[in-house]
Amino acid sequence: MSTSTLDGVGHGAPGTSYLNAKSGLMSWLFTIDHKRIGVMYLVTVLSFFLVGGLLALGIRTELLTPAGDVFSAAVYNKLFTLHGAIMVFLVLVPAIPATLGNFLLPLQLGTIDVAFPKLNLLSFHIYLLGAFFLVFTLVTGGVDTGWTFYTPYSSTSADGNVVAALTGAFILGFSSILTGLNFIVTVHKMRAPGVTWLRMPLFVWAIYATSVIQVLATPVIAITLFLLIFEKIVGIGIFDPALGGDPVLFQHFFWFYSHPVVYVMVLPAFGVMSETITVHSRKHIFGYTAIAASSIAIAAVGFIIWGHHMFVSGQSELSGTVFSLLTFAVAIPTAIKLCSWIATLYRGSIQWNSPMLYSLGFLWIFAIGGLTGLFLATLSTDVHFHDTYFVVAHFHYVMMGGVLFALIAGMHHWWPKITGRMFNDKIGRINWVLAFVGYNLTFFPQFVAGSQGMPRRYHQYLPEFQMWNQLSTLGSYLFGLSLFIILAYLLHSIFKGVKAPSNPWGAASLEWQTKSPPVEHNFEADVICTYGPYDYDAHRAAQS
Amino acid sequence: MSTAAGADHGHAHPWYQAHHFKNMEQQNASNKFGMWLFLVQELLFFAGLFMAYASMRYFYPGTWLEAAEQLDKVMGAINTVVLLTSSLTMALGVRAAQLGQNKQVAAWMVATIAGAYGFLIIKYFEYSHKIHVGLLPGKWFGFDELKTTATNAPQIFFSVYFMMTGVHGLHVVIGIGVIFWILFRALRDEFGPENYAAVENVGLYWHLVDLIWIFLFPLLYLVR
Repeated sequence: MSTSTLDGVGHGAPGTSYLNAKSGLMSWLFTIDHKRIGVMYLVTVLSFFLVGGLLALGIRTELLTPAGDVFSAAVYNKLFTLHGAIMVFLVLVPAIPATLGNFLLPLQLGTIDVAFPKLNLLSFHIYLLGAFFLVFTLVTGGVDTGWTFYTPYSSTSADGNVVAALTGAFILGFSSILTGLNFIVTVHKMRAPGVTWLRMPLFVWAIYATSVIQVLATPVIAITLFLLIFEKIVGIGIFDPALGGDPVLFQHFFWFYSHPVVYVMVLPAFGVMSETITVHSRKHIFGYTAIAASSIAIAAVGFIIWGHHMFVSGQSELSGTVFSLLTFAVAIPTAIKLCSWIATLYRGSIQWNSPMLYSLGFLWIFAIGGLTGLFLATLSTDVHFHDTYFVVAHFHYVMMGGVLFALIAGMHHWWPKITGRMFNDKIGRINWVLAFVGYNLTFFPQFVAGSQGMPRRYHQYLPEFQMWNQLSTLGSYLFGLSLFIILAYLLHSIFKGVKAPSNPWGAASLEWQTKSPPVEHNFEADVICTYGPYDYDAHRAAQS
Repeated sequence: MSTAAGADHGHAHPWYQAHHFKNMEQQNASNKFGMWLFLVQELLFFAGLFMAYASMRYFYPGTWLEAAEQLDKVMGAINTVVLLTSSLTMALGVRAAQLGQNKQVAAWMVATIAGAYGFLIIKYFEYSHKIHVGLLPGKWFGFDELKTTATNAPQIFFSVYFMMTGVHGLHVVIGIGVIFWILFRALRDEFGPENYAAVENVGLYWHLVDLIWIFLFPLLYLVR
């Protein structure tokens, strides 16, 4: 890209970036710069990931032996509940859209900021308020209902602070809605000249589909939690069967949000894959339109398959059959994506660096997670697998493994852009082996134990499951260690890393056509886009 | 990629245009689109309440009708008229803003706020009566005449009634807040043919609040 700036209209002195344009804590906490907001989200989300992760290690440590010897049963119930609630509401939902999404969306569209910068800051502050309530729950006795808050557990549980946890999740929903709303408007109205719909990076398409789900699904969980709070305080009798309510209605409400929300988690991960795989194999993405359309298809079909969480909850056989069939349908757009990425790799010039390795790890993990989903979508096998560790392993493979490997791939890929520094790729590559082995060792044995009948959420288990549990616990320690190593070398790079060039990977999308880190207003001059985000030939021609 | 020189950065835009928008057209279109998305979100939020209403009425059809008889149809009807009128004054306010007649905007906002307060006052009398006789949600329910039924259905009806009208009432209160904001801006003579999106958006919100009441009134008061 040739950048020309008229004298006196550029932003700031040479060498200034969004990181040092202003200083002081307040310049961060009350910034309306989408890049700073993205960085703040990243720091906060990763901090809560640490909390949720430590809770998970507590669970795994308890499960080293069949007897309940480390924690009491009551504490164990709180451990998995808080682990789930923190990981879902505070980590996975905002994990990619609010962090990388915030940072990248305006950059990839060639614009100055999101459509509503102040609303963006408000979303972050609402997120902090909701997080405060969950932390408050954690320190005032926890909560033992499971993250799903099923009635009547939640409406009758006297153990811990259920109302505070519900209030936290309720508030967090609005942060998610406002972020989604902001991003949809940004995609529609803020694109730079030349950034047509079919010239948007696939990450943007993924974030767009995600945002649609956030706006349409989240209000339903908000009203559900709102009603549940009143069920708890006043006994309104809508969900509690003892008062004449319908607990299955709660499950319908809950999964009407909570199934689509797994796509809020994983669609942005797909978006990251569509960027890292093409850039690091130096090849135009295969099936651009199909990948973009499949994001929208997943978002659409994702809304009508929630009933597969309730095959054994007493819904009718007809509903079960229809939900099963529709669930299989969602495998189609997902497979289109996976196949397109593999076709992109085919005869590409694959760079064996950290972003690529984590992307390949994602493909492996997501393929396993996705295919085991089909076992659970089948009515007959689901009756056997329901509420076993098979389900736990499945959703960790898709939600946690899928999202985390993509987030780590994305963090490596965009690290030079965000921080202006290069990380140590050699340590990254070696550590990837530890992460990949540790991850699979943690969760693969759970498929086996689950298929043999080990139930989820149990404090103690039968001795025949001990080997699988010990393998899993060993894996979780290795995986935890690998994540600390990533944290260490990334933090090290901020202080000691080599300064990053503006486009270290030779990418063609717009965010790489400005400085690393970008200036406060993203681009030094107005952007006019003349070729697509994966058109490497046109990009090279424009460079020379 | 080619880039043109940053001609737009010369700050030659009107005071009401935010820096990150290229022109007023983009700003107005974004604001309007954002508001419509917000209204979609509102609809889904209320959808949960309507779904709870539908399920509970399906479970308890008989007592549902019996309990609904306890609501004051006259007060409900008056409130419907009050709220519809306030929607009219709001629409007239938007028209005045488009024409840049800020004094009229202010007058119409005062009328709309009066309607909103009127609605809340009538609702206050309805609520006080219900509280007085014990027609309350859940465990607070104490209306002996209906309590004899074998099920909890009357309690549930009043739970649904207070949840739906309560959440709606909260929206009315928030509406009063944002209409006051428009009123103060009109008094500062801010609106004009290019700069009326705020009035229009508050108007859209107010019409939605009105629209939801149009559904609540027959579902709760007029069921047969």
